[in-house]
Amino acid sequence: MTDRRLLACGDVGVLVDAEPDDVLPLHAGLRRSWAAGNAPDGVLDLVPAERSLLVVLDPARTDVARVAAWVRATPSEAVDDAHAAEVTVDVRYDGEDLDAVAAHAGLTAAEVVAAHTASPWRVAFTGFAPGFGYLVGGDPRLAIPRLDTPRVRVPAGAVALAGRYCGIYPRPSPGGWRIIGSTDAVLWDVDRDPPALLRPGLRVRFRAVGR
Amino acid sequence: MSAAGPPVLDVVRAGPATTVQDLGRPGLAHLGVTRSGAADRRALRLANRLVGNPEAAAGLEVTLGGLAVRPSADVEVAVTGAGGPLDVDGRPVGRNAVLHVRAGQVLALGTATAGLRRYLAVRGGVAVPAVLGSRSRDTLAGIGPEALRDGDRLPVGPPPPGPPLVDLAPVPDPLSGEVVLDAVRGPRDDLLPAAVVDRLWAVRWSVDPASDRVGVRLALPHDDVQHGPDPAAQSGAGSVPSEGMVRGAVQVPPSGLPVLFLADHPVTGGYPVVAVLTDASADRAAQLRPGQGVRLRTVRP
Repeated sequence: MTDRRLLACGDVGVLVDAEPDDVLPLHAGLRRSWAAGNAPDGVLDLVPAERSLLVVLDPARTDVARVAAWVRATPSEAVDDAHAAEVTVDVRYDGEDLDAVAAHAGLTAAEVVAAHTASPWRVAFTGFAPGFGYLVGGDPRLAIPRLDTPRVRVPAGAVALAGRYCGIYPRPSPGGWRIIGSTDAVLWDVDRDPPALLRPGLRVRFRAVGR
Repeated sequence: MSAAGPPVLDVVRAGPATTVQDLGRPGLAHLGVTRSGAADRRALRLANRLVGNPEAAAGLEVTLGGLAVRPSADVEVAVTGAGGPLDVDGRPVGRNAVLHVRAGQVLALGTATAGLRRYLAVRGGVAVPAVLGSRSRDTLAGIGPEALRDGDRLPVGPPPPGPPLVDLAPVPDPLSGEVVLDAVRGPRDDLLPAAVVDRLWAVRWSVDPASDRVGVRLALPHDDVQHGPDPAAQSGAGSVPSEGMVRGAVQVPPSGLPVLFLADHPVTGGYPVVAVLTDASADRAAQLRPGQGVRLRTVRP
């Protein structure tokens, strides 16, 4: 049992406030309980985010009170770093903002690459576009504000930084993150199961493949 | 022209914005995929019930109108949702009722006159290939079958075992005057100044023409000056940490002009959600027409 702050979203959702480091354990616990058949019938989606987790429900089959009771009764699940699934993403560190990121961090471009590849990142949550993951846990020296004016078009495969996050654009789109490199990894493919390369909790290790 | 094989619907005229929709693809939001599905789910469910389909079968969502289809074999169909002209080979037929359309006849949906979105269900369902478990077109993410084009041929699935149970459903048309939508306050109404939140309930909003399946954008009607300063003069709050969004969320960006999220809403959003429409009112919001007046009424959860 926890004394989390729960907020109703009309008759269709329950929003659970959580500290950033608490979202993944909360999500893991609820997802395991859901998969085991212990969630109320009518739970439709779990949406982890930066500082919250949303449970979406079908009001024809359940209600906010029942879902809130389930959330309160379900223990979080410690995220086991040592045994977490990991994926390696090869990156050409040729991004047009690489030098700007280096200048902001007081590093050389080579040191930015070293910092970005030195330790694994983790998918905290997704959003923005199918297959886009917000990666956390990287070297804090790489934190940088997003561009004041977003680019009209960022190419698919762009590896970019914003705030404490790293992300990879799954397809061409507008975007305001600082691009440090590019990858050929396929982030999103509807004919693949699962379609998204990145899912919450996954560890991501970047590997430099030349500039 | 008694074609062999499963029946198809030949798209004679697609109309400006006709898509295949079912009840969407829930369960993938953690991968960044929104549910999508019929914008007015109630109307699609009704159309399916009329022709004896499972409620979640895929049909056509016809925005505004302009669709004409010609079945290759005799079919049973039903059209629900917005009011407007409906005919078979030029002969007017009823909405919210089971219609028998013979092979080669043309079923035409004219421009909606009350409400915005019309739903066409065919017994057996529209059997285009599913993507990630659904035949819905997600217009924001670009997932699912493309919007209809003239000349498309839509396969019709095998008929369900049971016969249709009802011939006619007495349902009121969507309103053409001012619409009142019910919403529950929260979850983030405490992040905005009280004056901004109060204005949400006080103003007679106007539906902005830029509205789409992602959301209904609300604007101030030009004749509405008695409420004092334009809420566009800053809502007093910028972005907040990105968090999960629901259909029906009333999001207030810094402009102060609310957006009512519909079926293709983004999975997460970064502006405060001040209220959430009830599930029934979210269906009704999907029938709002550009320029139509709308008020929000707070209800208890």
